[in-house]
Amino acid sequence: MIDFYKTSAVEIAKNVKSGEWKAVDIAQTYLDRINDKNKSLNAFIRIYDDVIESAQAIDDKRNNGKPLGNLAGVPIGIKDNMCEKNRLTTACSKILSGYKPPYNATVIDKIEQQDGLIIGKTNMDEFAMGSSNETSFYGAVNNPFDTDRIPGGSSGGSAVAVSAGLTPLSLGSDTGGSIRQPAALCGVLGMKPTYGRVSRYGLMAYSSSLDQIGPFARYSEDAALLLNSIAGYDNKDSSSVDIEKPDYLENKITSLKGKKIGIVRSFMDEGLSTEIKTTIENNVIDVLKSLGAEIIEVELPHSKFGIAAYYLVATAEASSNLGRYDGIHYGFRSENINDLESIYVNSRSEGFGPEVIRRILLGTFSLSAGYYEEYYNKATKVRRLILNDYISAFKNVDAILTPTSPTCAFKKGEKSSNPIEMYLSDIYTVCNNLSGLPGISFNCGFSKEGLPIGAQFTGNVFEENELLQLVNIFEKNSSHHLTTPNI
Amino acid sequence: MEFEATIGLEVHCQLGTNTKLFCGCTTLFAQEPNSQTCPVCLGHPGTLPVLNKKVFEYAVKAGLAIGCDIQKFSKFDRKNYYYPDLPKAYQITQFDKPFALKGGIEINIKGNKRVVKLERIQIEEDAGKLIHTADGSLVDLNRAGTPLIEIVSDPDMSTSEEAYQYLVNLKKILKYNEVSDCEMQEGSLRCDANISVKPIGQKELGTKVEVKNLNSFRYVQAAIDYEIVRQIQDIQNGNKISQETRLWDVDNGVTEPMRSKEGAHDYRFFPEPDLPPLILTDKEIEKIKSTVAEPPLKRKERFISELKLSEYDASILTEEKPIADYFENALKEFNKPKEIANWISNDISSYLNEKKIGIDQFPVSIENMTSLWKLIDDGTINKKIAKEKVFPLLVESNKNPSEIIESEGLAGKNDSDEIRKWVEEAMAKNQKAVDDLKNGKDKAKGSIVGMVMKASKGLANPQIVNKIIDDIINS
Ligand SMILES: [Zn+2]
Repeated sequence: MIDFYKTSAVEIAKNVKSGEWKAVDIAQTYLDRINDKNKSLNAFIRIYDDVIESAQAIDDKRNNGKPLGNLAGVPIGIKDNMCEKNRLTTACSKILSGYKPPYNATVIDKIEQQDGLIIGKTNMDEFAMGSSNETSFYGAVNNPFDTDRIPGGSSGGSAVAVSAGLTPLSLGSDTGGSIRQPAALCGVLGMKPTYGRVSRYGLMAYSSSLDQIGPFARYSEDAALLLNSIAGYDNKDSSSVDIEKPDYLENKITSLKGKKIGIVRSFMDEGLSTEIKTTIENNVIDVLKSLGAEIIEVELPHSKFGIAAYYLVATAEASSNLGRYDGIHYGFRSENINDLESIYVNSRSEGFGPEVIRRILLGTFSLSAGYYEEYYNKATKVRRLILNDYISAFKNVDAILTPTSPTCAFKKGEKSSNPIEMYLSDIYTVCNNLSGLPGISFNCGFSKEGLPIGAQFTGNVFEENELLQLVNIFEKNSSHHLTTPNI
Repeated sequence: MEFEATIGLEVHCQLGTNTKLFCGCTTLFAQEPNSQTCPVCLGHPGTLPVLNKKVFEYAVKAGLAIGCDIQKFSKFDRKNYYYPDLPKAYQITQFDKPFALKGGIEINIKGNKRVVKLERIQIEEDAGKLIHTADGSLVDLNRAGTPLIEIVSDPDMSTSEEAYQYLVNLKKILKYNEVSDCEMQEGSLRCDANISVKPIGQKELGTKVEVKNLNSFRYVQAAIDYEIVRQIQDIQNGNKISQETRLWDVDNGVTEPMRSKEGAHDYRFFPEPDLPPLILTDKEIEKIKSTVAEPPLKRKERFISELKLSEYDASILTEEKPIADYFENALKEFNKPKEIANWISNDISSYLNEKKIGIDQFPVSIENMTSLWKLIDDGTINKKIAKEKVFPLLVESNKNPSEIIESEGLAGKNDSDEIRKWVEEAMAKNQKAVDDLKNGKDKAKGSIVGMVMKASKGLANPQIVNKIIDDIINS
């Protein structure tokens, strides 16, 4: 039997479409591998027991002469914060234990329309709040390159699932770096599309003005394949944008002649591990130059306020978004109740983990009377300034290259007692969310300890295609992305 | 010391769209609990609001009808608080940038016309409701997400009579423009009153008390009167008025402090990130403006000045827009305003009341109704017969009245010879009346006319009957 799990999603879809391969065989290969490896990784928290039936339905559809969609038979893992009708979806929080949504997120419908095979839910930081995947109610996720280390977060499970070959594709959500940072730490590709490119309908909101769903993949073509299916306007999401969407699999470039790539000096200095710095300089910048790209320095002067602005906006919105988990309507309700107030207080105190409570309290404070102007409103103004920085930069460059994370995967527990240090994990990623711009993280090498190192391209608004093309040409001229963990 | 009161009103009005503000659920009244819900209005995780454009259109129309400055830029905000009838734990409303500012409602107190000024109108979603039972409380979210506008007046009134008129006229405008059915019993129109008192002439306002649970305009009036007296007495007794929310106790006719931590709320308003700002162009505003109805008070004045109707008739005709419309449409066919007004306020109204329907459901077409009036006018039929015999058949069948008259043999008798025969027969039978008449006792005529009408089954033309009696007596 073919080692399907090393095969690209593009290849799987093509062969299932043509009938060369059976969706059932592919599903079984991945299920076997998940059975074998997931226990030590904890990437998937739920695998559906009807995966084989669903795969059979795809094969049957083809046998009945019906054409299959673009994700035909491709196994896909879904972060536990995207609603699937009648399937447990809990954002890895106790407060949503037992919760089965009555509806599908738009991305789920779109994947099913393209005959993708959703196999289960992946682990994550509780309500996507975390950079190490240590806050999950279902336990931490282990980095496949070193299981004593964290995979990054909050979409740690989705990153590990692809990194360890448990699935060729997965979906994550990115509020301040939650796709790109774990992608970097697990040696895979992760993309946060432009805000409004992918519908948020059915994504359990953390910070509504920052959240965006995106793909994890080993290969840029696979990310393009999944983005093709999930991107586009959705009339159920007023923040989704109604503009033409390109075919992300088309128009691949073969040279970087005439391309201008920006680098941000301040991002390459203080706070960045020297190993990551030299890896990006030697492995990425040199390759880009050799392919004809011009490297230009750009400045993002307001990016230094990014983390501060991010934690004001995200926690403020979260404090409101998470109010609905009140023990009344669905999910967990404390048994220790005697009146309405105790339902609220005890259900929330017992149902939320400490990091979620911390962020709700931060957000509640910054929105409270008298502080709104000073905090939330000021942060909103900073967002505008950060976007203006990017707008000026993109007058001179086609994309901006930065590190994804200031460090490689760190040891579990290493930063959990120091939230500020943990928050700084997102220092290179939050500005994309604050400005709405797309970002892609890709593997560009390994540390001496054998840990993956990620680099990030940031593109102009709705320039996802540009980013995918850049990573695609980089893949063709390097082999870092082919290195898989020994598990 | 003399005191004066300051009153401001907050009116919540349900807009009459078929569906909710941010989802496609229907907004019917009195349905099975939670039957008009979906993941969005149930506040399920991951759901997002999508603005019902019709709501915005209705709201803008209401704002224009009230004379507000419609804002080309406005936005939604979240008002965060916990209550079981609020499944998202926030209400989507408009905080610092509502869609309409200023405007006013005309009132007329004993001939003194003035405009009560408005502060703002905002769009917001309604909450659900709790049903308290012996076994505990239940939540019904059918109302959750129902579109409302909140109309906030300035503290620009000083008597309960002004407040009452403000409400009556506001409701009339909203109903006239068909943006709301304004059914208070169904909660489509709700009112809170803010009341304070201060010594006459003092500039700064007294401490404001908010009164809720005012389910009719009469309760608003009573509660205001009660509060004014209570507050003045409290001050005169040396007490301080506390800023609080009170409830109107219908049974005892008093206000009582509401037992809750209402005042301690910090709603943590911030811009709703799931909805884009509301942008309007001049063109869009103009388009909606063209659909705004003529203000009811203007219409009434026009009926009085142009059509020479009495104040009373004009009031009745302009009470509801469909009636005024019916009247004016009928007028195009039959140009006798006073006659039509009489028919509408008597015969037609009685029929509508009896059937408990509105004039929009009145079965007789304008064409048939005006034909009947024309037939009365040209003497083809007696008015009495028309009212008593033809009208009941007309509302049953909406047939052409000429057909009814013919098939029922109800045409008036105008043949002088025939009528003279009836008159002579009547006089022969009632010599006393004839003598009285000859002696100038005009009252005696009635009994002869009565006999003629009886003999003719009511069909003899009364004018001709009278004329023939006079001719005979005077000859
Ligand atoms: Zn609904």
